[in-house]
Amino acid sequence: MKEDIAIYGLEYKARTLSALTADTDSVGFLIGTQSLVMSNNQVHIVQLNEETNDMSAKIYQHDAGEIWSLISSPYDASLLVTCYNSVVTSPELQCTMGSSLWRLPNDDGTSESLLPLEKVCDFDFLSHGPEVKVTAFHPTDQTKLASVVENKILLWDLGKNSAKLTSETVMEGKGQPKFYSGKFNPQQSGSQFATLNETFVRGWDLRAQSSQVWVIQEAHSQFVRDLDFNPNRQHFLGTCGDDGKSKFWDMRNLTKPVITRSDHAHWVWSLRYNHYHDQLIATSSSDMKVILTCLSSISSESSYNQADDILDEDVENMGDLDVKNSNKPSESIKSDKNVDDVIATFEEHEDSVYCVEWSSADPWIVASLSYDGRLLINHVPKAEKYKIIL
Amino acid sequence: MEPPEKPRGSPFDINGPDFNPDLYLQKLFKECSLKHIMDCESEVVKDCQLLNSDMQTLVYENYNKFILATDTIKKMKTDFKKMEDEMEMLIQNMNSITSFSEMITSTLQGTHGQISKLSGVHALLKKLQFLFKLPGKLKLLLQEEDYEQAVQEFVKTQPILDYYGDLDSFQGIQKDCNDILQKLKTKLRDQLKNKDTSAKKLIKCIDLLLQLQEPSDQLCSEYLTFVDSRLAEQLSSMQITHSGQDAAEFMDSGANVFLTDLCLIVTSYTDMFLNRTNSLEDSEAVGKLNSFVIRNMNSYLEIVQLKLEGTSEEDTAVLVSALDRLYCRLQAFNSLFTHVDFTVKGMELIISAAHRQCRNHLVSLKSHFADSLARVKQSLAAPKYTSSHTEGSVYTSNKSLDLSSNSALSTELLTSLVLASVEKVKGILQDLLLFLQPELTFISKYNFKEAFCIDGVREGLVVSFLHHVTATVQASAHKVPLQLLLLLSKMCLEYESNSVRYLLNVTDEWFSININASRAEQELLSSEAEICTGMKTAAQYLMNQYVFAAGSALSVMVKKSVDTRDWFHCAEPRTVRAAMKRVIEDITTIDCQVGALFEEGTRTGGSSDSSRRVSAQQSARSYQHHSRWGTSAASQVSNVSLPAAAINKIFSQNIDIFAPIQFSRISILTGIINITLKALLECVRLKTFNKYGLQQVQVDTHYLKIYLWRFVADETVIRNLLDEVVRSVTNRCIDGDKQLMEHGILEIICEKG
Repeated sequence: MKEDIAIYGLEYKARTLSALTADTDSVGFLIGTQSLVMSNNQVHIVQLNEETNDMSAKIYQHDAGEIWSLISSPYDASLLVTCYNSVVTSPELQCTMGSSLWRLPNDDGTSESLLPLEKVCDFDFLSHGPEVKVTAFHPTDQTKLASVVENKILLWDLGKNSAKLTSETVMEGKGQPKFYSGKFNPQQSGSQFATLNETFVRGWDLRAQSSQVWVIQEAHSQFVRDLDFNPNRQHFLGTCGDDGKSKFWDMRNLTKPVITRSDHAHWVWSLRYNHYHDQLIATSSSDMKVILTCLSSISSESSYNQADDILDEDVENMGDLDVKNSNKPSESIKSDKNVDDVIATFEEHEDSVYCVEWSSADPWIVASLSYDGRLLINHVPKAEKYKIIL
Repeated sequence: MEPPEKPRGSPFDINGPDFNPDLYLQKLFKECSLKHIMDCESEVVKDCQLLNSDMQTLVYENYNKFILATDTIKKMKTDFKKMEDEMEMLIQNMNSITSFSEMITSTLQGTHGQISKLSGVHALLKKLQFLFKLPGKLKLLLQEEDYEQAVQEFVKTQPILDYYGDLDSFQGIQKDCNDILQKLKTKLRDQLKNKDTSAKKLIKCIDLLLQLQEPSDQLCSEYLTFVDSRLAEQLSSMQITHSGQDAAEFMDSGANVFLTDLCLIVTSYTDMFLNRTNSLEDSEAVGKLNSFVIRNMNSYLEIVQLKLEGTSEEDTAVLVSALDRLYCRLQAFNSLFTHVDFTVKGMELIISAAHRQCRNHLVSLKSHFADSLARVKQSLAAPKYTSSHTEGSVYTSNKSLDLSSNSALSTELLTSLVLASVEKVKGILQDLLLFLQPELTFISKYNFKEAFCIDGVREGLVVSFLHHVTATVQASAHKVPLQLLLLLSKMCLEYESNSVRYLLNVTDEWFSININASRAEQELLSSEAEICTGMKTAAQYLMNQYVFAAGSALSVMVKKSVDTRDWFHCAEPRTVRAAMKRVIEDITTIDCQVGALFEEGTRTGGSSDSSRRVSAQQSARSYQHHSRWGTSAASQVSNVSLPAAAINKIFSQNIDIFAPIQFSRISILTGIINITLKALLECVRLKTFNKYGLQQVQVDTHYLKIYLWRFVADETVIRNLLDEVVRSVTNRCIDGDKQLMEHGILEIICEKG
């Protein structure tokens, strides 16, 4: 059964997507584009009318550069932070990266041309390194943000028109390791920050300098692309990477994953927990698919919640074996609510899908963005929805 | 005289009684002449005279006799007179005797009554004397331990004692007797409780006690407790003497000691306690016996079971004979004790033992399989080392050598994996056939055959093993080297196409399992198709893993090569990057490995004449198709009009780059190459390029185009992917003009590479 799909197309390549986290009333998403012609870059705010399944979009200019990272503020729907790459042609051709906090301008709909975003402040990290990967909002304190620059985590304090660097955490290591991305742990009142580099996932305590709390040595056999914390259940997080797998970890025992799934045929770029029903996991991959997985066994709603030590191999192997089943059309219908399995595969993308996000307003809506600029808004299949609710 | 012959009785016969003289004369006168008559007359006269003289002699003789007789009679008359006198005297004497005897009788009459009374008293006294002696005698017998005699004596006298019991004088005796009896009983009881008492002695004891009117229900309980303890001892000794005994010996000793004893107990119990008292007590006693026997048999069977479970019997023959003996004994016991059928339990034991044997075999099969896997892993590891040596330097010359040894090795390993397992299974089946020897007693039971053949052998062993194979290879998919993955996938295919059917057929045939049996039975049997599907799934899974892993390995290389370069400050390209050559080399190696095991497969798309670099072993494959995409694609890209690229893309996207992998060389290689190229695409999208960076990518992709087409099923897929790489890089190129390299120069550079 095909549920309603809403499609939105962009003119430019795009690899950043963020849900309008602060707006819990309407389904909205932010998209940042990538174009090496600086003036072409835009931020789209796409809103879905759930009644008609139509989409309305507002477009703002982001001429600072091509957007590599975009996060909407969880406190104010009109605030967003981007990391971008801008090309400077004079005096000589070169690229510089920047990261800024922006405000969406009040759009009265009268102006003909695209309104530019209003810059609130810049994050001046260049003294620490040329490349910024992400700037993230603190989960509880709206005056704080953290940037991942090279091998450092920089913590900012937001002033009126500027951001003041308050602390830095440095990862030491051979061969100049660089972070690929990072994220706050929403559970520990924002004191913990997790980073990705190569096959490592590390947890840091930002209150102390250079204090690594935990590490997963080889989270994936290849590059780790993304991580997400279970928003409702402490200690659990999911990672995904170039080995095409999604793995789910219990931070108290990081020697091996609780569940490993390999549903994708190529690199998995993004993994997101549903904020309301954390058994629902969305993953997107360069095999051009978005897959929804229901992992009841490790969700906070799981009936055997306390049985935390289901860390045996069987689960892992079974997880892997299930993959081949899910590819077969003659899949046996599993009535058991607790069986972990793929519940939906969205194949309408025609290029690599780098981002997937759950709506912050409607727990059953998931948006995904492929490189060619196509945004898909999908619903969790009704049957699965009822299984979870009932 | 010549009288004519006349009929008898005729009146003419002169000697006959009917002779009529007148008729005779008349006839004579009529017939004869005178002379003749004269003769006749003289003859008759002569005869008459002869007859007269004869008569005279007769008379004289008789007269003499008569005179003699008269004399005799006269003599007799005088004798009789004498006798008469003597008779009279006799009568007189008899009369006097009678009178005398009457006199005697009358005189003796008084004393006779006294005598008879006295003799009666004498007999009684004798008996009473016995009674008086009884206590002493009993005591003596007790001392001599001749209990049997004692009891006999007592039982004989008991009615008398009972009769005279109320007399004072006898009360003492009775008391003595009772005391002694009590002693006797306690002694007997002591014997009952004494563990050293032999079974026969015991039975005697019980018998005696029974004769002494002891309550039978109490006795039978005591008896049972006693024998119970003995049996318990035996059982415990059976438990102890486990080591160093094989199963058959154990069965024998167990049956000899325990079952014989139990049989004896049952028989003697039946003799002693049953069929004597009333039916109510009888049934009570039977109940006791039943519970006793059931309890003991159960614990015996339990021990047997423990023994069977505890010792993993290597030799099936020994086990089978042990089970056979057990069953025989149980059957024999069953005929004796009919209340509970222990053969049922025994059957269960046998079936479970048979199943255990199957399981043991399964375990050994599994470890054998694991061993052969490990062996294969080792032998794969060794040549791999050398092949990595040859890489790069003297590429072509070593290649063919390496290849042939490689393919030989692969097929050899494959056969060793498949055939060895199949043979091992066959050997085990042969071994298990011992359970089906026709002379075994338990074989005739239908449920054994069914349970053993279907549940034990077919499902429990063969099917389980096949399932194990699929499960093992799938579980090990993450831990084994690439080449082994490939090998295992092929192995599963091999199983699917041949071995599964072969093994199942052999099993069904040897164990006479009817495939076309009823529906209910059909459900018990796992079908060949089901297992084959499992195998196929496993093969597919392994193949997918292989393709993904091989693709990933190449992807890592590609990714490194892209990441380590500063594309933004690239110099003008002069050569193909080394990493690309490496990719081609690795893919060629993979191609060899795959080719050693898998069929060629079919191509869907067209081929190219731009690929002149067909190596020696590649030329063996014949391609008749030709196309010219190599040049046309390049010129398209050099025009770099965005709409054209978009249109190109619209058409290209219809092909699924992650199509399911089939079991052919082409399909496998296609999968690997697609994953690798996709990785290249993803990597370049993360970079920013200058003009020369773009041109370098152009060179690289062109090189890949030239070499990769021959490995894949549909070259349009890789062409599209490579074009997409160039397009993406073009997008990511910072130089305004985005100038692409001339196709001719591309060709030259690639030629050089």
